[in-house]
Amino acid sequence: MSEEDDIILSELDDEELVQQMFDDLYDGLKEEIEEAVNILLEREWEPYRVLTEALVGGMTIVGADFRDGILFVPEVLLAANAMKGGMAILKPLLAATGAPRVGKMVIGTVKGDIHDIGKNLVSMMMEGAGFEVVDLGINNPVENYLEALEKEEPDILGMSALLTTTMPYMKVVIDTLVEQGVREDYIVLVGGAPLNEEFGKAIGADAYCRDAAVAVETAKDLVGRKHNQLNA
Amino acid sequence: MSNALSKMLTSRDWIMADGATGTNLFNMGLSSGDAPELWNEQEPAKIKKLYSLAVDNGSDLFLTNSFGGNSARLKLHDAGHRARELSRMAAELGRDVADAAGRDVIVAGSVGPTGEIMQPVGALSHADAVEIFHEQAEGLKEGGADVLWLETISAPEEYRAAAEAFALADMPWVGTMSFDTAGRTMMGMTSQDMVQMVESLPNPPLGYGANCGTGASDLLRTVLGFAAQGTERPIVAKGNAGIPKYVDGHIHYDGTPELMGEYAVMARDCGATIIGGCCGTMPEHLNAMRKALETRDRGPRPTLDQITSVLGPFSSAGDGTGDDEPATPARRNRRRRS
Repeated sequence: MSEEDDIILSELDDEELVQQMFDDLYDGLKEEIEEAVNILLEREWEPYRVLTEALVGGMTIVGADFRDGILFVPEVLLAANAMKGGMAILKPLLAATGAPRVGKMVIGTVKGDIHDIGKNLVSMMMEGAGFEVVDLGINNPVENYLEALEKEEPDILGMSALLTTTMPYMKVVIDTLVEQGVREDYIVLVGGAPLNEEFGKAIGADAYCRDAAVAVETAKDLVGRKHNQLNA
Repeated sequence: MSNALSKMLTSRDWIMADGATGTNLFNMGLSSGDAPELWNEQEPAKIKKLYSLAVDNGSDLFLTNSFGGNSARLKLHDAGHRARELSRMAAELGRDVADAAGRDVIVAGSVGPTGEIMQPVGALSHADAVEIFHEQAEGLKEGGADVLWLETISAPEEYRAAAEAFALADMPWVGTMSFDTAGRTMMGMTSQDMVQMVESLPNPPLGYGANCGTGASDLLRTVLGFAAQGTERPIVAKGNAGIPKYVDGHIHYDGTPELMGEYAVMARDCGATIIGGCCGTMPEHLNAMRKALETRDRGPRPTLDQITSVLGPFSSAGDGTGDDEPATPARRNRRRRS
């Protein structure tokens, strides 16, 4: 790279700084993101504005390039890690200032599946898009999902499976939700490498999400529609 | 070069491997979410049946029921401490079936991914990964596996760690990766990258290739990518029998036996030497594949259009190796931490 000079973040104006944050998120530079978030807060940006304009804006670019096969998992994990650094600063401030909520998701990998790479990506990208995410981790029996749904009252339930041997368990969870009469209370999104749209439909999910970027787009879309229905 | 696979590779110009493990075990009553490896102890007759189905339908080589048999995976079932013995059992059962086959059949000790992300992006260190793979390798060796068979790997770091572990166990091996993301592995590796990595290893595998992924067409495109590198090392093609569908409470793959027969012949024409199936590949598929490989003549290397016209469309426009790829956008000033 020809640009060898160190960039002094605090010397950039707001617009340049946000552009620089997009680049730094793309490159997964956590400390730089933390520094830039603090600079914007010192310049009296609302925490919600820092989140949406700088962090979510930057992660949207990362998500689009991931979706298009330009970035792959390692780069996205680094970007999400940098985003997390910024979020850690903003989170308490967002709560204190009563910032609007995009939506809430409970997510977990189903029983028998310890593959959490995809699930973590979805978690991070959802947080990157401003959602509140409750991550149940790996190997979740149906009871874990039910308990979390009752306690957290999320808009979305996300399930992930990466193995042929664990995919059918998603149906077990959805069937249980139907039996208990709570299926319609939640948007159910499923994902994982062996899955496809048809499978998602067959087991009764609202949508199958091919990757984390699609998960975010789908979540925004469906939550938006749900809120519209409630307001109608 | 005294191992069974090297010998078979010198006397044969194609070798048929096996099909699905998980899909077959479900049909035998495995519940979703349970560890298949525990059946090596609890249901040995069913595991032998699984192996026999492959052998009886023409497989020259089958993989042991130990894909998730490393401590990182088994810990989920509170059996992390049993990696070595469950892997040993998987190989022992395989040895029994292979020795009773009445012809040369190779027991390949399956080693799947740890499921963890390696440093620097993730938490798993190289040393820990080597230890995890080494433990399983020793178990498979004790049980009598002819070769070790690394599969469904997506990170080059993990492939290298396994290679190092197999050297410690002093075992010959084969290693395949899963190319399921726009023609690359989940971690972004292309077929071309894989060939370069394989050839740079101090203890390279007897064969390398692709397994699982998104469908037979994509897998063959990857095999063409390997072959284009022009190395002599045998190539493995183990593709899924189509796309998974949910039918009557079970996962069903939509590829027919006839289609898998076509796939097998095309895989050979693409340059693969060791040919098998992966998820959804049932005994009837293997049977059709064997027949096709035995009765059909070799043909010229198929074009991408010929592959899609027989096996269906690709899941992505490119495979990450060509000029038609979306270019990485130029960053204004990519920074490096000093």
